[in-house]
Amino acid sequence: MHKSYAIGDSSLHVLKGIDLNVEEGEMVAIMGSSGSGKSTLLNIIGMLDEADSGEYILDGLPIKNLTEKKAAVYRNKFLGFIFQSFNLINYKTALENVALPLYYQGLKRKERQEKALFHLGKVSLADWAKHLPKELSGGQKQRVAIARALAANPKLLLADEPTGALDTKTSYDIMAFIQQLNDEGKTILMVTHEEDIANMCKRIVRLRDGVIMEDKKVNQVRAEQYV
Amino acid sequence: MFKFLFDRDTWQEVFDSFSKNKLRSILTMVGVWWGILLLIGLLGSARGLENSFNRLFGSFATNSVFVWGQSTSKPFKGFQEGRQVRLSLTDAKKVEENVEGIEFLVPRNQNQASVVRNFLSGNFGINGDYPLLDQVQKKKLIHGRFINQNDIDDNKKVVVISEDAYKQLFEKDEMPIGEYIEINKINFKVVGMFENGNVNMGPTSDMHIPFTTFQQIYNQGDQIGWMMITGKPEYDIKQIEEDAKLLLKNLNKIHPKDKRAFGSFNLGNEFSKITGFLIGMQFLTWFVGIATLIAGVFAIGNILLITVKERTKEIGVRRALGATPFEIKRQIVVEAVFLTIVAGIFGIISGGWILIGLDAAFGQGDDATIVNASVSIGVVFIALVILVVLGTLIGLIPAFKATSVKPIEALREE
Repeated sequence: MHKSYAIGDSSLHVLKGIDLNVEEGEMVAIMGSSGSGKSTLLNIIGMLDEADSGEYILDGLPIKNLTEKKAAVYRNKFLGFIFQSFNLINYKTALENVALPLYYQGLKRKERQEKALFHLGKVSLADWAKHLPKELSGGQKQRVAIARALAANPKLLLADEPTGALDTKTSYDIMAFIQQLNDEGKTILMVTHEEDIANMCKRIVRLRDGVIMEDKKVNQVRAEQYV
Repeated sequence: MFKFLFDRDTWQEVFDSFSKNKLRSILTMVGVWWGILLLIGLLGSARGLENSFNRLFGSFATNSVFVWGQSTSKPFKGFQEGRQVRLSLTDAKKVEENVEGIEFLVPRNQNQASVVRNFLSGNFGINGDYPLLDQVQKKKLIHGRFINQNDIDDNKKVVVISEDAYKQLFEKDEMPIGEYIEINKINFKVVGMFENGNVNMGPTSDMHIPFTTFQQIYNQGDQIGWMMITGKPEYDIKQIEEDAKLLLKNLNKIHPKDKRAFGSFNLGNEFSKITGFLIGMQFLTWFVGIATLIAGVFAIGNILLITVKERTKEIGVRRALGATPFEIKRQIVVEAVFLTIVAGIFGIISGGWILIGLDAAFGQGDDATIVNASVSIGVVFIALVILVVLGTLIGLIPAFKATSVKPIEALREE
């Protein structure tokens, strides 16, 4: 996979031939210094961006030449996003935030509410359903975001520095959740530059200057022990 | 396609983004509110003025012309210039018979006389009139009747007086009908009393006596003071005036190009000037109102653009969660239309209040300057349609702006 960005007249070659295969049920950490292309890779996988060349096959489905509309449908169906800055919609309650992807799926209101509440329960925030994001702590916000990412029951969970904005204790707390999700069979891909977080995954892919430097399986460090 | 309009969630979204940005949304709506308020207020006032004009002239046949004799300005057929011209009943009859398009022709006479009743007296204009006058210059009778054909036939000494004359000659609450008043030392029986008109065209007319009686007591013979001609609705009163004058010049041996021989006052002309003014005012009102509306809608578009800019990240998140560009656009357009319509409805309501206020302040009584200031439902409907169309169009700009940013860039925005 290749990707370049035009910067003024010159072009910046960000991904210089990435070949990555992620199996179902894996939990992969993508690491690398800033500028190594890790976020770009995640965005391409998240269908938020497109590769210049190469192919991307998600669950046997080739993802190419997507219209914005199709990309939106695929994102909704296959992918769940977790962001560093949570990206909750600040004027919607926790429940409404979680229900949002279901809304775009075209589900009925009642069904949405039920599903959203169920997923909030899974991150043990059912009691906070009616609260606005500003009334929640950072860890709670990220848990709401995880619930939102899970709501549409995606094949792949993409996390861009999910613990970047959290303190260590909360980070481990969140990681414990993510590990638990992986245990339940969800495929998880996350970008991070924290070694301890990366070590909580099952596989670490290190990028440097747009190529894969290292791709190794690791012994997963369970996050529960720190909580 | 329009199913989403009946979807509770669509409105939940609109309501959410509205209630979370209350101040901004309200400020946004002020422009449109003001525009529609101006439109309704101005149109209503214009209508009120028109109504008041119509009421003023209501008692008057507006397509009428007054013609009277003056003095010639050109020598003709052996007559020198400066000859006094006086119209006669014969002239009047000829005009009525020969000029096309005349509905009524009323010959009239007038003189000043001192009128005495017991110890009260005053100077009044005495008019010699036919019953026909009542057709072209409706008298609102408070008591009694107007002059009738019997009075004319028998040269009866009866008089119809105005309210003003009554106030000068009678004590308060006295019944004038059947009483006698002395005009030029001749006793006349009061048979009617009418309300003062809103406008008095020509000389102020205070009392009316039968035309024939006038002829007799003032020794007028065949002569008349002036004639009042009203045209049928489908005829141009200007043309009737010209035709009548030409015929009169012919009958009285006056040079056809003599401009001074006959004086005239064309009420139809004056009236059409006023109607023209009213139409102009309505046009101006629409222009100002719609221009303000457009400005207001642009303000909404402008604010929505800012809103979209502020919500770039939110829109990015929504798209990452699976919102299609169409859904995003639709939402923004619905918000734009919603804001315009709500603002418009408030504008219409407050415009209505202004009209009610105007009516209370200027619309009461007989001499009101603004009568029944109002706008029709049709106008309100048109205004609403304009609002919806403009709101949709203007909403499209921020809508396209919102989806022109790639979701990835939108998410990166901090």
